[in-house]
Amino acid sequence: MFLEETLKRIQSHKGVLGTIVVNAEGIPIRTTLDNSTTVQYAGLLHQLTIKARSTVRDIDPQNDLTFLRIRSKKHEIMVAPDKEYLLIVIQNPSE
Amino acid sequence: MEITYVYTKKRSEFGSQCNFTDRPVELLVDILPDPTVAASFIQRDLCNMPVQCVQQMSEHEINTERLETETEGVNHVEGGWPKDVNPQEQEQTTRFRKKVEKEESYIASLTILGSLMEHCIKQNNAINIYEEYYEEEEEVQESTEEPPTAKTLHVLKDPNDIKRTATSLSWHPDGGRKLAVSYCCLEFQRASKDMSFHSYIWNLEKPNKPQMTLKPSSPIVCLDYNPKDFHVLAGGCYNGQVAYWDTRKGSQPVEMSIIEQSHRDPVYKVIWLQSKTGTDCFSASTDGQVLWWDIRKLSEPTERLILDISKKGTLDGAAGATSLEFETTMPTKFMVGTENGMVIACNRKGKTPAEKISSTFCGHHGPVYALRRNPFYPKNFLSVADWIARIWSEDTKESSIMWTRYHMARLSDGCWSPTRPSVFFTTKMDGTLDVWDLLLKQKEPTLSVKVCDEALYSLRVQDNGHILACGSQLGTATLLEISSGLCSLQRNEKALANEMFERESKREKILEARRRELRLKERGRSDQGKEEEPKEAEPQESTEDLVARAEKEFFQAIESERKKREQEQQKLQTPISTVKVEEAGKLVS
Repeated sequence: MFLEETLKRIQSHKGVLGTIVVNAEGIPIRTTLDNSTTVQYAGLLHQLTIKARSTVRDIDPQNDLTFLRIRSKKHEIMVAPDKEYLLIVIQNPSE
Repeated sequence: MEITYVYTKKRSEFGSQCNFTDRPVELLVDILPDPTVAASFIQRDLCNMPVQCVQQMSEHEINTERLETETEGVNHVEGGWPKDVNPQEQEQTTRFRKKVEKEESYIASLTILGSLMEHCIKQNNAINIYEEYYEEEEEVQESTEEPPTAKTLHVLKDPNDIKRTATSLSWHPDGGRKLAVSYCCLEFQRASKDMSFHSYIWNLEKPNKPQMTLKPSSPIVCLDYNPKDFHVLAGGCYNGQVAYWDTRKGSQPVEMSIIEQSHRDPVYKVIWLQSKTGTDCFSASTDGQVLWWDIRKLSEPTERLILDISKKGTLDGAAGATSLEFETTMPTKFMVGTENGMVIACNRKGKTPAEKISSTFCGHHGPVYALRRNPFYPKNFLSVADWIARIWSEDTKESSIMWTRYHMARLSDGCWSPTRPSVFFTTKMDGTLDVWDLLLKQKEPTLSVKVCDEALYSLRVQDNGHILACGSQLGTATLLEISSGLCSLQRNEKALANEMFERESKREKILEARRRELRLKERGRSDQGKEEEPKEAEPQESTEDLVARAEKEFFQAIESERKKREQEQQKLQTPISTVKVEEAGKLVS
């Protein structure tokens, strides 16, 4: 299906280390990483996204969070939030 | 002069209210100014009197007690699954997942998210948004003319209640993230029974608590990391034993040398040697011996050298060693600093103990606490002892080529900067650290920092030359960062430093040649009249001869002085007229 292709394409981009789809309760629906890592990412990023969203909305109630990027020394974690789901991609950006 | 006004009131009118009435002004007294009175007054100088009506304030500082923190982590375990799904069951979870994936909202939202995400991924792949532009240009910056400074980064305190001296420090050879500090009470019999024997390895990222403890059976006086194997440390103990630790294996030493075969005094310095196996080290102590060890077999030393200059080979005449020096670029030579101020250069390859001691350098008045070769020009080395630090050149054996002035406090340790050939550091017993830049100022330290109130005992520079650690008497190791001007190599510095050392050694050689000439001349003159004095073959005259000679010289000096005084007295006592006649006579003639 179109969705499958999209997700497969995302995974095959240069530098992408893993893709995770999480639902509103923090349950990983789809993942390309191993279980323990997935669970960690799911739990931690879910909370962080909620916090980030509430921060943005506190500052301006008509604003909303569209994308979250965390760049660390080793790689970049990108989170695309939605009302019910969360798409998390870990990529190694080009140096 | 009293001014009184009397008013009367009838007794019956007491207590009644007062009825005030107006009346015209009445002059009671008129005192006119009398200028004659001014004569009895003295006019005062004008003075400025400040007056301020403000609240009294005072300034106070407080520092809260350090809060002990510990980091703890929580491990997330799966949760959030609905009640009917058991997370352990693979089947149930996959079924749940498949169900979710079929929902419409899932597909719709994920499609949108997917395209959004792709955009960002492609962005990342296209350019590096945090790219540093003009990176090379930044490095070519000219060294700014900022004054040299040193900043304290961390203070590592001895966690025990009874404070011991931080006697030696050793940086971890790989990156210098860790620092091993040995603690010991060096004062003779001053150590209390409760004093702990432990020494610590500190991780600089967590300066509040030591990362690892080393538990020997006797306090460690000196420590050294093995430059080849970063987990191994060699230490010399207060009771003369030598031990080695492996940080992977725990706090107890892996092996300790046997007491009978070890030193008889505290081991003051232990250094790893350059060898194929990487397991050789040697140690020196004030009992006059230098012992070589192979840590695989610490039951007895592989070699023994007794520091006896008269080359008799007995421990009686040996000089106690207080510091050692070894440079990996010159593996056959090493140097020992002794208690009586001599630096002995030795050769490892000598067959007999006599051959081993190749030359001695005298010039210090007290025990030599530190000996270091200049990392850029190994022929020159620094020795720190008593109140002065001297720089020697190996070729000039008679005296040091350069020296600092005598300080007020004793010097305890010193070392060269690994990045700049003309910079070295010294620590003093009054708690100051001096940074000397020989190309800038030779009479005074370029920077003098008061690190703490108690004495500083040890000093080590990290390999990058930027950070140095000094240990104090109360067990605190202070880490200082020095300004970049003092640790980055300047242009032409190597050439200038080399020139300076060469120039100073040449000057010493010339002075020495001149001295020799003068001595020869003296001897030539004395040969003509008197008998030849036998040349001193032994390193010292016997004390009785010296005393007799000193007495004779003393009395001779007194006699000549007395005769001179008598002559002067005579001159003064002769009548003036005779003197005048004499003078007149002289003038006429």
